Amino acid sequence: MKVAKDLVAASATPMVLGILAEGESYGYAILRRINELSGGELDWTEGLLYPLLHRLERLGYAESSWQSVTGERKRKYYRITDKGVAELAEQRRQWDTVMHALKEIWHDRLPLTVNPLEGPA
Amino acid sequence: MTTPDGQEELEAQFAQWRQYVLRRRVLQPSDADELEDHLRGSVDELVAVGLSPDEAFLVAVKRMGGLDELSREFAREHSERLWKQLVLTADTGSPVADRRSRRDLWAMVACAAGAAASVKVPALFGLSFEHDGSFYARNLTLLALPWLAAFLAWRRRARRPVIAILVALFALGAVAANAYPLADKSQSVVVTSIHLPIALWLVVGLAYVADDWRSFRRRMDFIRFTGEWFIYFVLMALGGGVLAALLFNTFRAIGILPDEFTSNWLLPCGATAAVVVAGWLVEAKQSVVENIAPVLTRLFTPLFTAALLAFLVAVVWTSHGIDVEREALILFDLLLVVVLGLLLYSLSARDPLAPPGPFDKLQLALVVSALAIDVLVLVDITGRITDEYGSTPNRAAALGENVILLVNLAWSAWLLLTFIRRRTSFAALERWQTGYLPVYAAWAWIVVLAFPPLFGYV
Repeated sequence: MKVAKDLVAASATPMVLGILAEGESYGYAILRRINELSGGELDWTEGLLYPLLHRLERLGYAESSWQSVTGERKRKYYRITDKGVAELAEQRRQWDTVMHALKEIWHDRLPLTVNPLEGPA
Repeated sequence: MTTPDGQEELEAQFAQWRQYVLRRRVLQPSDADELEDHLRGSVDELVAVGLSPDEAFLVAVKRMGGLDELSREFAREHSERLWKQLVLTADTGSPVADRRSRRDLWAMVACAAGAAASVKVPALFGLSFEHDGSFYARNLTLLALPWLAAFLAWRRRARRPVIAILVALFALGAVAANAYPLADKSQSVVVTSIHLPIALWLVVGLAYVADDWRSFRRRMDFIRFTGEWFIYFVLMALGGGVLAALLFNTFRAIGILPDEFTSNWLLPCGATAAVVVAGWLVEAKQSVVENIAPVLTRLFTPLFTAALLAFLVAVVWTSHGIDVEREALILFDLLLVVVLGLLLYSLSARDPLAPPGPFDKLQLALVVSALAIDVLVLVDITGRITDEYGSTPNRAAALGENVILLVNLAWSAWLLLTFIRRRTSFAALERWQTGYLPVYAAWAWIVVLAFPPLFGYV
């Protein structure tokens, strides 16, 4: 099963903000983490992730800094801001509403992460 | 697991991939850094599970997906990057280039301030714009262009001999403009005021090609520079006009008339400073904005060709000889200058290796029709050359220019024809035009230096 593109896009912002809320991170690690969280079911591309990170930075939800790792390699780390934390809380309320409504309709006991994703599938 | 050799090869592959990424306009060096780090993370992981660096690189690139899609996604977030922006100090991502562009900015500010100040220096000696118009007409370019030349020479790190030649030529210009006893209303003042700027502009050209003045490529660059500089200058003049008009009218609304300030300070200082600023802009934006002059050339070449052909047809149809008024030769000089400009700027933007195409034929038609018109004009005045023409500096200068332009265009037409028939390469045409630049300089200097004594300072 692959999750539909629209749903991936809709959940992208809270997903990345949520991961950044765990601590600062960088592109490749964020992608790995998403893969891990979804058991490889969420099909994220670099073309989705990096422009999204830049957008979050532009909107002030995240801030970035270049740090050097081993040798000459530079890595861009992203950190969530207070504004980003507030946005995450707001998005979480909205998602909770959606998930709650879906649960009410479906009356089953599947794990939370899979539940809303069955809709379009 | 990774031999140093394999590592080196991998680094080369990364470098190549990076070049590939940077070719996308929407992807900037910082994005390339970020994506490269991602790719390296992916490669490291694949190597850790046992792939060879080579294989790991291939798989990682494949996983990243097509650059087309990637740059499309980036463009959605960064649409402004598709419009190349000119920032005052280009943020190129490399600290060396940044420092250089910042130094350029300061050098430009210094030269522009110098130009603006030097235009007010004569006022210290009691020369005003209202009463000494003839002095300013002769000397205005002498006050502005040395600063532009200084900026360019500084940028090119011109060597001492070149700087000495530049200084000597500007000094010569100053002598030519001021040493002769010319009456304020004499023809020679007008002729000098027109030709000195041309001579001095080519001195600026010398500063421009200071690093390699024999190379015809550098001279072609100077021709490009001239066209772009002119367009930038005109744009700034338009902006300056709006500023002056607004300033004047808003202050008038509160009962203060700033015409003194506008005409004695804002316009002269702004115009001379703009000479330097335009030069700096052209240098700074070379790679940022597409050159405008060739675009305008493309638009106007067909229109001018049509107009000239229509004129020729009308002349033949009505069998009406061209009746050249005594001073109208200058009009036909201007026509030739425009045609030459159209030719030059489409040359400057053409890929020298491209085969001849329809546009080259159109150009040949343009040049030939301009030549035909000019020959008609010359035929008309040859009869009167001894009695009416050539007797005053105005007419002699106009006639000289006409001959110089005619020779240039005639040979250009021939080269264009042989190029279209694939007998010569395009480079011959480029070489001819760039090689001809000293002729203009020589003529302008002759007019400025030799004409006043030759014609008895009339």
